[in-house]
Amino acid sequence: MEIFLVLLIPLLGGLMLAAFGTRSYAPELNSAMSFCTFAAAVALTVRVISSGSFSVWDEQFFVDAFNVFLVALTAFVGFTTSLFSRPYMRIEQHHGKLTVNMLRLYYSMYQLFSFTMLLALLTNNMGILWVAMEAATLTTVLLVSLYRTPASIEAAWKYFILCGVGLAQALFGTILLYFAAEKILGAGGNALLWTHLNEVKAQLEPTVLSLSFVFLLVGYGTKVGLAPLHNWLPDAHAEGPTPVSAVLSGLLLNVALYAVVRSKVLVDGALGSHFAGNFMMGFGLLSVVMAAFFLSRQKDVKRMFAYSSIEHMGLMTFAFGMGGPVATFAGLLHMTVHSLTKSAIFFAVGHAAQKSGTQLMEGIRGLIKTNPTIGWGLALGALAILGMPPFGVFTSEFMILTTAMHSYPWTMPFLLIALGVAFASIFGRVQLMVFGETSGVRLPHPPALIPVFVHLGLVLLLGLYIPPYLAAWYRQATALIG
Amino acid sequence: MNIPFTAQLINMCAALLLLIAFAMLSQRRILSLINLFALQGLILSFSTAVVAYTTSQHHLYTSAALTLLLKVIVLPLILHRLIRKLNIKWDVETMFNIPTIMLIGLALVVFAFNLAAPISQMAGTVTKSTLGIAMASVLLSFLMMITRSKAVPQVVGFLAMENGLFFAATSATYGMPLVVELGIALDVLVGMFILGIFFFQIRVAFDSLDLKHMEKLKED
Repeated sequence: MEIFLVLLIPLLGGLMLAAFGTRSYAPELNSAMSFCTFAAAVALTVRVISSGSFSVWDEQFFVDAFNVFLVALTAFVGFTTSLFSRPYMRIEQHHGKLTVNMLRLYYSMYQLFSFTMLLALLTNNMGILWVAMEAATLTTVLLVSLYRTPASIEAAWKYFILCGVGLAQALFGTILLYFAAEKILGAGGNALLWTHLNEVKAQLEPTVLSLSFVFLLVGYGTKVGLAPLHNWLPDAHAEGPTPVSAVLSGLLLNVALYAVVRSKVLVDGALGSHFAGNFMMGFGLLSVVMAAFFLSRQKDVKRMFAYSSIEHMGLMTFAFGMGGPVATFAGLLHMTVHSLTKSAIFFAVGHAAQKSGTQLMEGIRGLIKTNPTIGWGLALGALAILGMPPFGVFTSEFMILTTAMHSYPWTMPFLLIALGVAFASIFGRVQLMVFGETSGVRLPHPPALIPVFVHLGLVLLLGLYIPPYLAAWYRQATALIG
Repeated sequence: MNIPFTAQLINMCAALLLLIAFAMLSQRRILSLINLFALQGLILSFSTAVVAYTTSQHHLYTSAALTLLLKVIVLPLILHRLIRKLNIKWDVETMFNIPTIMLIGLALVVFAFNLAAPISQMAGTVTKSTLGIAMASVLLSFLMMITRSKAVPQVVGFLAMENGLFFAATSATYGMPLVVELGIALDVLVGMFILGIFFFQIRVAFDSLDLKHMEKLKED
């Protein structure tokens, strides 16, 4: 029941906002729908915690500890982003960058985008997972090009083509998976159900599965933003509206990684070796290193944080690739804290760019003087994402690094140098943006910074103390992934 | 060796698909490219129906009908309308080195057959020999997307790649489960509408559909 509510509310919201998106209350309606989705997700989470995993509707939808945690996270960040976008989009409209019709498109697509992500998380069918991922691309393409500037259209085109081609690879991987599954489970709809596949994974043909995993990893990896398939990501983040950057970074990348991890579980079972893990470690490590060095050369603040997202997604992929209880636990925790921190940073950055009238870092100065809350939000967010204790990112990065040091010591120089370079470049630039002299003016609408501090507060909490039920929940999910 | 008539028919369709993939690779007129795409869909739909008849897999009739509806009628119709509205119906793309591209295409076909060989040995379908061709047409469409610099041919290449994947699914496993196929078809259709809107946005922003203008966003 809760599953249907979680899926139905955003779908309905998308349709309603397509009809009423031009009215003055559209932003409030958007937030209200997102809040209802969040409430339904909480109800679903409570049910999974109390009565364990279950599936509904001929096992087409399936919830366990792993995906329910992502559903809760997605619904939560979706809700706070909708709160943030309310004043943000009003200011953009005030600046004459958006018309009423563009806003209608934005609100409607925002809800549909939430729907596709939740569908990808909740479906039990690997084929529908692919369909939902492709639909998530389609709903965000027009959001990236919302401003209709040449740069944003170029970014959206790149996003569409690269992710489209990437996902075509994933479709081929899914076909191969079905090919292997059909021999054991028989033809028909059930052969692509993840729960069924998971039961018979030891019998699946190893050669086909390994080939299938390579295609799935390359395909969904494009969407995770893994190097060298990451080219779309910085452009889409920098040229799209900031709320879209926040949900792309905070949520969509997680959902794509979720798809990779689900595939990995099957392949590990079929091969009984570390084949999938090695691939993920390789891609992850390459992304961390490459992103750190590109990061140091950026001039646009949103591009810089987009590269930081690539770096962190690489770190998570690396952690899941290493496997084992500690690294997987750390990977899940990192997914949570990165998603919260990065969206908080984008919220602060969005308002900072609006205030300064530019996204170029050299134009953003002295935030703490004119808008202290934006300045503090950005400074604390940057410290959190850089892995400073006591924030939660420190905890997860520490766990990832210690596991890597123990099991794969040769990766340490790469990881440490990359993290060091990222630290130096982000810290130096954020410092200049937060302090320094400015002649900026105040914003026409009061900015929405409560989400920023709520997110950072949660990240701080996760760094200091993980509540026992939450830890138990992560452990359950870890046991599922292995 | 005695090969049944239907199997010969399927093999011939596969050969035709490969031929069309090469034709698309070298076709410079946008209008002819769209017609080739429609023809590809038609052959795909026909061969799926033949497979359905031979193996009495009834759900394949549905996917054949779906292919016919979507890829032979609806998508080409949308594309024709678009190029008429955008006034690029008679556009001819300047492409260099068509012979080189064709040679690369040949190499890709060899590569695809090698890649498909171990899988088609495991497949129990009557169509297993066509898997290599399916993979080849996927790779050829990919090559086409890389070599084109205009928006519409790139999209046709993208759709042709989807056709190749569909053919691969049919030849390896007699098609994906129906619900998945319906979902994919929906995605393709919605994607086409979004691209339609997108073409106009590109034209307004760049004054042309030539993607050469899109090179601002680069890392220096």
